[in-house]
Amino acid sequence: MSENIPDDLRYTKSHEWVKIEDDGTLRVGITDHAQGLLGDMVYVEAPEEGREVNAEEACAVVESVKAASDIYSPVAGEVVEGNETLGDAPEVVNTDPYGEGWIMRIRPADPDDVQQLMYADDYIAHVESAN
Amino acid sequence: MGNKTPLYNEHINMSARMVDFAGWDMPIHYGSQIEEHHQVRNDAGMFDVSHMTVVDLRGVGATDFLRYLLANDVARLKQPGKALYSCMLNPAGGVIDDLIVYFIKPGWFRMVVNSSTREKDLSWIMQQSGDYDVQVIERTELAMIAVQGPNAAEKLKQVLGEPVASRIDELKTFFAIECGEYFIGRTGYTGEDGFEIILPNNQAADLWCALDKAGVAPVGLGARDTLRLEAGMNLYGSDMDEDTSPLEAGLSWTVAWKPDDRHFVGRESLEKLRETKPSRKLVGLVLQGKGVLRNHQKVIVSGVGEGEITSGSFSPTLGKAIAFASVPRESGVECSVDIRGKMLPAHIVKAPFIRNGRSCLPEEI
Repeated sequence: MSENIPDDLRYTKSHEWVKIEDDGTLRVGITDHAQGLLGDMVYVEAPEEGREVNAEEACAVVESVKAASDIYSPVAGEVVEGNETLGDAPEVVNTDPYGEGWIMRIRPADPDDVQQLMYADDYIAHVESAN
Repeated sequence: MGNKTPLYNEHINMSARMVDFAGWDMPIHYGSQIEEHHQVRNDAGMFDVSHMTVVDLRGVGATDFLRYLLANDVARLKQPGKALYSCMLNPAGGVIDDLIVYFIKPGWFRMVVNSSTREKDLSWIMQQSGDYDVQVIERTELAMIAVQGPNAAEKLKQVLGEPVASRIDELKTFFAIECGEYFIGRTGYTGEDGFEIILPNNQAADLWCALDKAGVAPVGLGARDTLRLEAGMNLYGSDMDEDTSPLEAGLSWTVAWKPDDRHFVGRESLEKLRETKPSRKLVGLVLQGKGVLRNHQKVIVSGVGEGEITSGSFSPTLGKAIAFASVPRESGVECSVDIRGKMLPAHIVKAPFIRNGRSCLPEEI
């Protein structure tokens, strides 16, 4: 597989990656696989700070030339930051999906919920089963 | 597994992402749709359009038949090689398909119709041709490659060499020439200078690879759609269909009303509609702020009524969202678009948005 799926992240079935930060918040973006499927990004609508979200609730939108796609919160919690820089540079989601292309940070209502998320191995299997 | 064009292996070799399009396995892009779009606006790109349907009409009755079948008038095609864009209508004035027809020589025309409408087009054409001395011949043995962009002519000439290069220099827009087994039309679907080359299936890969070597980059269906949208060109099935007349689809200019006594399919219905005036019109939209316009989003024209986006996308050239929308005839210059529940302001403009690489929009937009 040519796609990059880092070992140190957790994943969702809807192709978000989740990084557990030292302060317990979760940094969320879309995987390399997802950005490749969607194609060139032209617009990102990040969620507003302070928004309460449920697990698997659509709370951000990425739009490629081809289509608009919802981004889902991996767990229930509160949005502590949306990546506003993507407003002027949506293409960073394509060029650096796991770095500067992150979409939002969420403080989970229950830190244990993170344990429900997939490890890289499971996510690789998930992507392969869809192919 | 869908139908494969003769260039299928080339697409795979060039790392295309393939999608189903009207039953064909076609390239949506070869890496970046936006780069491919800019490639055509700034240099030259090539498209595999072999999925499109080529139909020849031959016989002494061909001219009379096409003057009956099409809303535009092939009698306007006086010089061999001249091309015409036309709608093919049903009796109610709805659009069965849009097409290009080339006048090859007396008794021989060539039409290129959409692949998504192939079966209904062919059966309609056959059915209508009954009273005319004309043969309807589908040319499935022919492929089609479009070469488009400001440098298309230079690069195509370089690939084909003399004596074809000199003939390409003399080829005017919306004309075609036959060069051996190549049929080369100076036509396209991008708003740039360019060519559509119809050639035998078994020669398509050679030309494709030669063009690639000459620096003509492959372009997928994704960029084909944003290019045609910027160029103000309708897409059948999105911007018009059998329930839409050309008068409501921004295609009045393709209906030849003169001479008054030419009877063509749909004429009576269109004449009635022209008198009562259609309630809707097709317009261009430019979103004022950030976001992307998409097909089927609702358009609200304050004090007038509502409409709908028929083709919406992001314009890589303008860096803004643009669309075609079907709106009430009385609509002015401002509207708003419902994007996920938010009403975002947009300007109503006249298409095209881009022609020959340049914006056609008023300066204040």
